[in-house]
Amino acid sequence: MFTYIIKRVIGAFAMLIVISMVTFGIFYVVPQWAGASPEAMASRYVGRAATPETVHLVAERLGFNDPVVVQYGRFVKGLVAGAEYDYGAGVEQCPAPCFGYSFISGQPVWPDLLDRMPVTFSLAIGAAVLWVVGGVCVGVISALRRGSFFDRLSMGTALAGVSLPIFFTGMLSLVVFSYGLGWTPPGGAWTDISVNPAQWAYNLLLPWITLAFLFAATYARLTRAGMLETMGEDYIRTARAKGLHEREVVVKHGLRAALTPILTLFGIDFGLLIGGAILTETTYTLPGLGQFAILAIRNQDMPQVMGVVLVAAMFVVVASLVVDLLYAVVDPRVRLS
Amino acid sequence: MSFLDVKDLKIHFPTDDGLVKSVDGLSFSVDRGKTLGIVGESGSGKSVTSLGVLGLHKGGRARISGEIWLDGEELNGASAEHVRGLRGKKMAMIFQDPLSSMHPYYTVGHQIIEAYRIHNDVTRQVARKHAIDMLGRVGIPEPARRVDSYPHEFSGGMRQRAMIAMALSCDPELLIADEPTTALDVTVQAQILDLMRDLQSEFNSALIIITHDLGVVAELSNDILVMYAGRCVEYGSTDDIFYRPEHPYTWGLLGSMPRLDREPTERLLPIKGSPPSLINVPEGCAFHPRCPFAERTGGKAETEAPALAETEGGHLVRCHMSRDERRTLWETEIKPALETS
Repeated sequence: MFTYIIKRVIGAFAMLIVISMVTFGIFYVVPQWAGASPEAMASRYVGRAATPETVHLVAERLGFNDPVVVQYGRFVKGLVAGAEYDYGAGVEQCPAPCFGYSFISGQPVWPDLLDRMPVTFSLAIGAAVLWVVGGVCVGVISALRRGSFFDRLSMGTALAGVSLPIFFTGMLSLVVFSYGLGWTPPGGAWTDISVNPAQWAYNLLLPWITLAFLFAATYARLTRAGMLETMGEDYIRTARAKGLHEREVVVKHGLRAALTPILTLFGIDFGLLIGGAILTETTYTLPGLGQFAILAIRNQDMPQVMGVVLVAAMFVVVASLVVDLLYAVVDPRVRLS
Repeated sequence: MSFLDVKDLKIHFPTDDGLVKSVDGLSFSVDRGKTLGIVGESGSGKSVTSLGVLGLHKGGRARISGEIWLDGEELNGASAEHVRGLRGKKMAMIFQDPLSSMHPYYTVGHQIIEAYRIHNDVTRQVARKHAIDMLGRVGIPEPARRVDSYPHEFSGGMRQRAMIAMALSCDPELLIADEPTTALDVTVQAQILDLMRDLQSEFNSALIIITHDLGVVAELSNDILVMYAGRCVEYGSTDDIFYRPEHPYTWGLLGSMPRLDREPTERLLPIKGSPPSLINVPEGCAFHPRCPFAERTGGKAETEAPALAETEGGHLVRCHMSRDERRTLWETEIKPALETS
């Protein structure tokens, strides 16, 4: 068990290092390979009116003339320990994790990212609760009543859920429930949970349901398939032969075994989502990481893009690590290997 | 009336290809302290019968008719909930493959405790003590430690012992063992059979052993029921079946059984052909396409289904040949062939 945990943690660390290399490569190495001179790299950091001398000086200060390895080392040091930027008239401290400064606002990237996280987290956690509970329940009932009207209806709906893009269902729900019926607030409404929890939930209700609908569909189908398989296992027959109530047979013996693959999928889905639910946040104009990423890309604000990419990737790695560890809790056979 | 009395049990499954008559008019009975062996090839309806007795087909697609009397109570017409309450407590079952029959995510102890606590209103600690006690009684060393092991941490024989402990945890009066030794290697088989015999005398339960291996039931059973294509073809005491068998199928089973008193180099005598599909059971006697004596009936075997008739003192045989003809065949052809071959 202990070696299993150590192995997984080391694996996750290795993955983070690889991610940092790839990200660094995309933003710093690839342009240089493509022929961008240190001055061309530096020109992104200076104003339009900068003289060639200034650009040259900035390139020197930012280290674009140094070997790639040194540049990468400086990049990692910035992430881990913070960085210092000498802008000529003094030294600017950029505390760790330092993702640099926005090209547009000149503000450090990390505090901006931190500001956005509660929105995305709120969206992801609320939706995750809905889709896991909803998807698994529907999947179980469908499996137990295979071929019934409920099964066909829910699987048909699930197909629609998987197929319909979120900007369609999202806009449709906005048109109907916000602008038509007026039940839910219009897009863009956001209240922090610490300010007013009821308002927080009310504002997020529609985005939660829309996002959950998309995922619940996949989970319902997966749960149904898993349940159909496990309910045919010998140990289910044993559980029945013991005289267990059917409810316990289904939940304790059937669902427990069917949940393992769902756990894996959940780790990946949730990890991706907390890195930014781009479509949902855009549709409902929520100021989360996804919207941040879109804006950063649109503005070609490289430090911001790099920051959000690194953070999102880190979330996926951490989520997979948590799932791996949970796996060992759920399935005792995993602890052996 | 016996402790368990099954009368004219029929279990049919409607499928897209037709009606599968897995069990078609089966009757048998077992008393407490007695053992019935149900023998037949794969697909003869043995397991379906046992699951039917436990009411495990209910809620499925099976069509069940006939009567199942357990301790004076009819089960086939009883509510599913009532039968559920009896399952595990009054009647329990041991399955063939103990690895797939135990839940891989729960400890062995947890699964025994669960079985015990369904039917006994006790605390977890009491149930745990009982589970440890049961594991000790089925011969698992260090039961207090092994109770927290998972099924995959047990060997095959240990798993089957744990399975038996689980089945016996509520002291059932009827125990059905479905191929209890098939998944085990030969030395462990003997241990498990010994264990089952000891436990049966200790608990004084009625025991049904289902197997395709006559060797398994030879020592354990009082009575033996030979099944073919969902029906009983021969039913009698163990002595009847081993020393005075009258059905050609039973002869075939005896011929295909390895025996210690024969030379190991000699070939076994398998039954020709394979069991029939239960959707298209052959017309007439279901065994006639494989029966070496079918032509002796003058065509009757192909058209008319033989009845299960008593030949002597509770010994039942389903065959068109006359009793004398069968006995002569056994004495003059089959028995010498089995002994010398």
